[in-house]
Amino acid sequence: MTLERPKIAFYWCASCGGCEEAVVDLAEEILDVVAVVDIVFWPVALDFKRHDVEQMPDASIAATFLNGAIRTSEQEEMARLLRRKSKLLIAFGSCSHTGGIPGLANFFPRDSILQQVYVDAPTTENPDPILPTENYRDGGRNLSLPHFSERVRALDQVVDVDYYVPGCPPLPKMITRAVAILVNGQLPEKGSVLAPDRALCSECPRKDSKPEKIALKQFRRPQEILIDETQCLLAQGLLCLGPATRAGCEAACVKGNMPCTGCCGAPERVRDQGAKALSTIAGLIDSEDEMEIERILATIPDPAGTFYRYSLPASLMQAKRGI
Amino acid sequence: MSNVTVPLEKAWQHSAERAEDEYHHRRITIDPITRLEGHGKIEVFLDDAGEVDRAYLQVPELRGFEKFVQGRPVEEMPQITSRICGVCPMAHHMAATKALDAVYHVVVPAAARKIRELVYTTFMVEDHSLHFYYLGGPDFVLGPDAPAAQRNILGVIEKVGLDRAKEVIRMRRHLRELIALVAGKAIHPVFGVPGGVVKRFTPEMQRLFQAAAEDAVVFATSTLRLFDEAVLDRRDYLDLITSDDYSHRTYYMGVVDEANHVNFYDGQIRVVTTQAVEWKRFSAGDYAGVIAEHVEPWSYAKFCFLKPLGWRGFVDGDETSLYSVAPLARLNAADGMATPLAQQEYRRFFEKLGGKPVHHTLANHWARLIEMLYAAERMRELAADNQLLDPEFRALPTATPTEGVGVVEAPRGTLIHHYQTDQHGIVQRANLIVATQNNAARMAMSVEKAARGLIHRGEVPEGVLNRIEMAFRAYDPCNACATHALPGAMPLMLTVRNREGLVRASLTRSADGHILRSEGR
Repeated sequence: MTLERPKIAFYWCASCGGCEEAVVDLAEEILDVVAVVDIVFWPVALDFKRHDVEQMPDASIAATFLNGAIRTSEQEEMARLLRRKSKLLIAFGSCSHTGGIPGLANFFPRDSILQQVYVDAPTTENPDPILPTENYRDGGRNLSLPHFSERVRALDQVVDVDYYVPGCPPLPKMITRAVAILVNGQLPEKGSVLAPDRALCSECPRKDSKPEKIALKQFRRPQEILIDETQCLLAQGLLCLGPATRAGCEAACVKGNMPCTGCCGAPERVRDQGAKALSTIAGLIDSEDEMEIERILATIPDPAGTFYRYSLPASLMQAKRGI
Repeated sequence: MSNVTVPLEKAWQHSAERAEDEYHHRRITIDPITRLEGHGKIEVFLDDAGEVDRAYLQVPELRGFEKFVQGRPVEEMPQITSRICGVCPMAHHMAATKALDAVYHVVVPAAARKIRELVYTTFMVEDHSLHFYYLGGPDFVLGPDAPAAQRNILGVIEKVGLDRAKEVIRMRRHLRELIALVAGKAIHPVFGVPGGVVKRFTPEMQRLFQAAAEDAVVFATSTLRLFDEAVLDRRDYLDLITSDDYSHRTYYMGVVDEANHVNFYDGQIRVVTTQAVEWKRFSAGDYAGVIAEHVEPWSYAKFCFLKPLGWRGFVDGDETSLYSVAPLARLNAADGMATPLAQQEYRRFFEKLGGKPVHHTLANHWARLIEMLYAAERMRELAADNQLLDPEFRALPTATPTEGVGVVEAPRGTLIHHYQTDQHGIVQRANLIVATQNNAARMAMSVEKAARGLIHRGEVPEGVLNRIEMAFRAYDPCNACATHALPGAMPLMLTVRNREGLVRASLTRSADGHILRSEGR
């Protein structure tokens, strides 16, 4: 008699496919994972349908890894279904964790997005104008599309989430480490982010060049300076969010000579990533004079879009709006 | 309930028409069409004789990038827009970076152009090889009639041998590591800035790229030989490729260099007619005079067409205003390849398939391999160029940012990014023509044609699943591009409904690849 292997599912919602690619980037290592589990639902690779999931007993899937944010009615239905069928639901990647890049859409009302894409776009010819319609009859043919909802939500704004794997996308090393935590030994506290609970600076290859105290009179945009490849980016005036961002990626973007943009979210105990990033950055301003502080802050061209790059839907300013 | 009163007679007539319509248009749903529920579905409607009336290829999702990039600093576009697609993030990153050059009116130093193109061609080798071995290739390497359970990467491994399969995996991994070495990350790179790249190219990098390029040329050449043996030497496969079922006569678009050779990184956009005669050749900045997008109420995706010709619907042939992009289109739109080995293959391609243009959608698979060879050869040329090491790899922009357009050839076709900013470089407006969108209308026609060829008198044969898959896969559509995963069996489900919407019959594929039919009550 063979022991039953734990059942695992993967699913994606509003995302780019990068999280799926990241899993594939495990290359040979993925075969080791596949050998010890039974993948029961992974639309990208295996031919099991939603119908099959519906037929499974509740809580019969050991763990579901879900990437992507929630924007359409269909995505919400799938999230609820998989929650019900799974013992553990893991939000995989930035979009699922905190809303991600698609979450930037929450700066705009739903209808203005449709208006821009289908009517105002300069190459769009749509004089009538026509918008995609949830229930449309073309002659006698009924066609339906999922509802495009008012806003983007992180997974835990729709269903209960057990763990999070951060990153846009989670790098292969982060994935193997997170999976190791889940399969070996005791599970961490519910709600944990499966990545180191410390700031990115701690594993940055340039940490030794970070001054004891950074004092800035001006923030720089990447196109304004020739970026030194060895020195702390923050010390060069670039908006590196490393001090306010969770470690785990080993500073991949910094190794590319560009600042951290915060995709791994904040360390534990930070409720609002953007507010934390803003206060961290504001603390580096070298001035006591209010006018001057204002002038220095004005050199940050898009504070909300920068500090909430991946976490607008999960932010305190948005979380209150009707879910 | 609406408060508007409708005259009784009119309401009656309306509901009568509706009932009549319902009766005459039975519906077949294939959902999802590719790998994923929620990212594409096909609806097939039958007329009262049980023949295909219309088939719709629907994209049921929208994220709205063109709106939410408004207000963002334009230099963030290469990183924000790469999140459109995690399978081809490099294409978006590069199109956006080139648009930034134009927005800031900055001349990119030669070293930076070469670094960018080197990384880009490396990406093309990796992406094209992946499509062939993991996704589209299995249809041919194993044959379209092979059981679906074998038509995936594992089946390919069996056929070509484990050593070769390991070589594919190793090659892909190595190329992606090289991309990350220069660009920060393979998925969502960070190296593009207006006026160049942010990181110096080192002699060590050059050595690695040179060695990898040599391997890539050998790899691409041997892959083409594999295609010869598995496909071109077989009459039945050739007949399949050239059959009318898989052909559409449309215009073709692709980026070309000064000599009208295929170029992925830079050049003018060329469009040829259904007879392969040059119809337009224009700079990226003039795209809005040539390309327009049509909206249908039944899909969140827009359909591109040639603006001067006007939207003429989903028709091919002499009356069409549709064009196609991606490998086959690029070969049709160009006069040749810029590298010697690829040029030989280019000639052979058109000789074997009856001259230009080739309208056979399935020929995309062969065209993709020829492009892979070109990318590998171009990678080798660039990697040998010591100008890569030039310390001047960035020009700091000095002009006030305004507006700019960037174009590249993504693996899946022409990709255009267009930004307008205020004087501080904050995006006011963005417009994106995404590769797969250019092919959307032709893809919809291909799907409909496959359905028409197989569904008669209300009978839905099991083969319709494979045929629609094949028609769809040849384009390597972006809303299916993560089918680059293993194993490659595409999940498909086809449901035939009666007029009350109840399931009459459904076809699904079991985990072992057999097609299961279940009859409804």
